[in-house]
Amino acid sequence: MTLFRLVAKSLRQHALSTSITALSIALATGLWLSVWVVKTQAQATFTSVSAGFDAVLGARGSGLQLVLNAVFHLESSPGNLPYSDFEEIQRDGRVALAVPLAVGDNFQGYRLVGTTPELFEKAEYAPARRFRASPGGRLFDPARREAVVGSFAARRLGLKVGDSFHPFHGLLYDERSQHSETYVVVGILEPSNTPADRVIWIPLAGLQQMSGHDPKAAADISAVLVKLRSPIAGRQMETLYNKQGTRLTFAWPIGTLIAQLFDKIGWFEKVLALVSYLVALVAAGSVLASIYNSMNERRREIAILRALGARRRTLFSCVVLEAVAISALGVLAGGVVYAGLMTGVARIIQAQTGVVLNPFAPAPVMLWAPLGMLALGALAGVIPAIKAYRTDVASNLVPSS
Amino acid sequence: MPLLEITNLRKDFRSPAGGVHPVVRIPRFTLGGEEQVALRGESGSGKTTFLNLIAGILKPDSGSLVLAGREMSAMGEPERDSLRAGTIGYIFQTFNLLQGHTALENVLLGMSFGPGEDRAHAAALLRRVGLGDRLHHRPRELSTGQQQRVAVARALAARPKLVLADEPTGNLDQVRSREALALIREACRENGAALLLVSHDPGVLGEFEDVRDFRTLNQATPEAAQ
Repeated sequence: MTLFRLVAKSLRQHALSTSITALSIALATGLWLSVWVVKTQAQATFTSVSAGFDAVLGARGSGLQLVLNAVFHLESSPGNLPYSDFEEIQRDGRVALAVPLAVGDNFQGYRLVGTTPELFEKAEYAPARRFRASPGGRLFDPARREAVVGSFAARRLGLKVGDSFHPFHGLLYDERSQHSETYVVVGILEPSNTPADRVIWIPLAGLQQMSGHDPKAAADISAVLVKLRSPIAGRQMETLYNKQGTRLTFAWPIGTLIAQLFDKIGWFEKVLALVSYLVALVAAGSVLASIYNSMNERRREIAILRALGARRRTLFSCVVLEAVAISALGVLAGGVVYAGLMTGVARIIQAQTGVVLNPFAPAPVMLWAPLGMLALGALAGVIPAIKAYRTDVASNLVPSS
Repeated sequence: MPLLEITNLRKDFRSPAGGVHPVVRIPRFTLGGEEQVALRGESGSGKTTFLNLIAGILKPDSGSLVLAGREMSAMGEPERDSLRAGTIGYIFQTFNLLQGHTALENVLLGMSFGPGEDRAHAAALLRRVGLGDRLHHRPRELSTGQQQRVAVARALAARPKLVLADEPTGNLDQVRSREALALIREACRENGAALLLVSHDPGVLGEFEDVRDFRTLNQATPEAAQ
């Protein structure tokens, strides 16, 4: 009881330095947690996004680029392939479902993707979950200039059922390159928390035959999403397209390719982790400096407590406990910093990729990072605690007679 | 058996250069339970060191110091701390109150490391010294005289057998000095505590029946005790 009161009094007496030090702990904790959660959740979420397919067939090039383009709707397409390639893979007995995609246009920066209704009717983007139009809307008629808009794109663009728009040429928005065709929004997709939420879906033929597109490529497609009947089929088709063929790329399996991306940017994660560890160390250093600097003015107080019978180890514990208390205040505030940081980061990731992170899902780091910060704080308290332990009573109980 | 019995007590200070300076040489000193003794001595004569030895803050280099039947010179520091916390009350010239704590909390600290906190007893002590309406005031909100009364209450908080007072009225004017001294002596009597007070103020010393001369008692030279 006395120990806690002494600590509480000291924190109150040094309120300004306590607040500043706790703030630095809060920033360190928030940063530490954020870096770790973004790293683990982004990797787990991105590698699990497949839109319900196992592979992507596309023009010869990087498999990763194909996946980013066809599944995540990022990057440009490595090239087109003739419609006959789609028909051929569709007929393959090892393929459960094949859906063609065509890209090349946008509306105010949001990508238009041409496809067939099978994407919505047959593909399951998650177990037992299919893309569906929200109540009041429907899927497009492949023979008409109709669009189904992903939930995120609809919200950002303010599009609703019944609205019409003119697409723009290219994947990047340029207001001078507007197509003359008018598309009518007939449905808004229910949120799927996948990249599909950021896309405006139109019939395949609509995108292929958009005015201004090369008539010679009017039957071409950008990629084919492929669902296989068995994993063995993936190995066989990979050999068929990638090793025996020279014209196409069979990007399989999708999760592994995305994991390779994370491997490639692993150095960046390490840099971020290093920065967060350094910030944590600096914060622990600030605890040390703040308490250590106050030790001179506290020597007399320590001597008085010793004269009243307090043992050296009691005062040692008192200082370490004070360091832990400052760290605990910082860790609590760190939760707020984390919530703020991650809300922003999750929004940015959703806006850029359509993938939704859940910053508040329980994770082991939420236990060990705060505990680690408290341990660092306690460790930082040891040096000033030694100073308190060594304080000489007689010489600090001035004056003497 | 006396409450305090000292035999051949010796304490030297060592200078950084390696020189040894004798500060305390007390061949014999005794103090009975509930006895009130004043020690007369000039500043720098080693009186504070003597009190610190009795309080167990300093360890003697040699000699015997028996307090309440326990030989302190043979004790380790933690044992001396415990004995001090439960047996000795200390009143300082500068009061040595903790500035961030209220009067009540300062008195509670006087018992925290010994018998344990007893808020009712602490409040009763403050009422006894006339500060019943100042329990939650901090030292800077109290007058010098009131601060000294808090220090007296704190020294008596753990129901000590011995109260040590080091120039307790040195910071007070004559009138307040007399009042404070009367309060200390009365409070010690009421609580059954012996009192050992050091002072060089003739006004204070004149109030005691038993006044001992520290220069006679301490055989270390005054120069050495500086």
